[in-house]
Amino acid sequence: MTERYPQGHKYDMPDARGHFGPYGGIFVAETLMPAITELNEAYQRYMQDPEFIAELDADLRDYVGRPSPLYLAERWSRELGGAQIYLKREDLNHTGAHKVNNTVGQALLAKRMGKTRIIAETGAGQHGVATATVAARLGLECVVYMGAVDVARQALNVYRMKLLGATVVPVESGSKTLKDALNEALRDWVTNIDNTFYIIGTVAGPHPYPAMVRDFQAVIGREAKQQCIAQAGRLPDALVACVGGGSNAIGLFYPFIDDKSVKMIGVEAAGDGVETGRHSAPLCAGRPGVLHGNRTYLMADDDGEIIETHSISAGLDYPGVGPEHAWLKDTGRAQYVNITDDEALAGFHALTRMEGIIPALESSHALAYAMKLAPTMRKDQIIIINLSGRGDKDMHTIMQREGISL
Amino acid sequence: MSRLANKFADLKASGRKALIPFITAGDPYPEFTVPLLHEMVAAGADVIELGVPFSDPMADGPVIQRASERALSHHTGLRKVLSMAMEFRKTDQDTPLVLMGYLNPIEIMGYEDFANAAQRADVDGVLTVDLPPEESEACVSLLRERGIDQIFLLAPNTNAERIQKMDAVGSGYLYYVSLKGVTGAGHLDTADVEQKLQLIRQNTALPVGVGFGVKDADTAKTIAAIADGVVVGSALISKIEANLDDPQQARHEIITLLKSMREAMDV
Repeated sequence: MTERYPQGHKYDMPDARGHFGPYGGIFVAETLMPAITELNEAYQRYMQDPEFIAELDADLRDYVGRPSPLYLAERWSRELGGAQIYLKREDLNHTGAHKVNNTVGQALLAKRMGKTRIIAETGAGQHGVATATVAARLGLECVVYMGAVDVARQALNVYRMKLLGATVVPVESGSKTLKDALNEALRDWVTNIDNTFYIIGTVAGPHPYPAMVRDFQAVIGREAKQQCIAQAGRLPDALVACVGGGSNAIGLFYPFIDDKSVKMIGVEAAGDGVETGRHSAPLCAGRPGVLHGNRTYLMADDDGEIIETHSISAGLDYPGVGPEHAWLKDTGRAQYVNITDDEALAGFHALTRMEGIIPALESSHALAYAMKLAPTMRKDQIIIINLSGRGDKDMHTIMQREGISL
Repeated sequence: MSRLANKFADLKASGRKALIPFITAGDPYPEFTVPLLHEMVAAGADVIELGVPFSDPMADGPVIQRASERALSHHTGLRKVLSMAMEFRKTDQDTPLVLMGYLNPIEIMGYEDFANAAQRADVDGVLTVDLPPEESEACVSLLRERGIDQIFLLAPNTNAERIQKMDAVGSGYLYYVSLKGVTGAGHLDTADVEQKLQLIRQNTALPVGVGFGVKDADTAKTIAAIADGVVVGSALISKIEANLDDPQQARHEIITLLKSMREAMDV
């Protein structure tokens, strides 16, 4: 999508084989290699195809509802007493989160490639819903793999997917969460490779997924940059986004990578606290390894076995992270911090009460970090937080946590 | 010449095909494994593929997934598997042993430390499911320097160009996965396999083992007629799973199955 960055865009990761420095790449079983090659060729071709881009842009406008607003949270900013906080309102997208930006794009690609069957993995269910949504619209068969633990804690999204005509398969292996759903989706793909398109929901997986999902999500950052300049007259000082796999964060960060004055801060889920070991923060407390087709930071023990993760937010409950985040961390271009379950809940309540916006628990991690950051900044400085999703899906989790029943 | 190359050369000279059992190390408990390896050799195994348990076995079906989970419940990780290999080698200097698993345990140990440890354990080959030739150079060269073969997988949809790539980087043998899917699934289509083997042989002189779908003496015999080696995994591990309360019975059934395969292949 180089034509979308006409001047001064110099950052050009990944290389042709999907490497972000030592990270990324293609680490998959042989059966998947031809499918990945086919996908990569289609991705390279259609991202340069004006007709494809025009169709994508029209879908993003008319179906997703883009552009999403950049909203100045005036009351909350005043309360925190520091930087001006702007929220990029991805929660207002069709289906309630940023995930749909990517599924619309990949579904168009699937259609161009003549695939008739869509599969996906999902954690919180947002990506599953966004996939089931576009599959319904295009009349494609859709199977969504979801960890059995997540099926239980995100029952509402499971029902939404079923309403949309998708088959939801609860995954009972391993830790029964997002990583296991990914394993199962990969097994399905290996088995049904001829007619099936695998819509990965985050910037992980084998190349071209990390770059492709980023390119579909980069609309967030492109809009935010234009809007910030139009509304505030200048670039922001800091971007803050939550990081599970990292797709909403990369979507916001990517168009700003060459704007060195803009700080980029990814917020991982600390669960009970990084020091307890019960967390989902591979960039803050993990180590490089290989999982799900790419080299990146992981939560693994000394034997290389993947450690179970913990987070109140199902969407962040993943032991790996997109390889581009690993690279941005190592190069120092982005910083990665972490926020506990309790802090995220405080962020959730703060935004709900101060601005009348109920955020997703995932996004609440970014909000909670901004609550620490904003007071340390001047009032003429600007933070953009990616409000990646809305909190309707989390009502049950929050009620349970806070001992409330209806 | 490596132990694997020797073995395949010997087999060829005597007109026999390799019987290659796969079991997951540490399944159902650590002490079960090494004695079973010796018994499998006695039952006619020529090469052993020893599975390194991994928490996220993406290319495996439910049978081997559960084997990994049972093994990991006793903490059988890569280090433990290497010590099992070393123990096996103490009393068997003849049978090639191949470690089969996923890349992450090797990444976390570090390629050089792993290569050294594999050499100390006198391991003959390493088969890493999620390490395609394009990404393998760093690891393979360290293994090669130590005389350890890197074995690559071929799939039904692997084209000639990629077979040549595996031929260039791999050694020991190539492992043809006879169907699109995970381990333990589906049925073999012999005509398909035969046709594919023609393409493979046009592009490599390495011996070719065939696996995925080998369930009994009949399928072993059919595959032995066209390939250089027959790999059997899930069918053996199913015996463990069916006899979790009686491991001796599992051992007995595994050995009986292997013997019947050996017999059928040698007729």
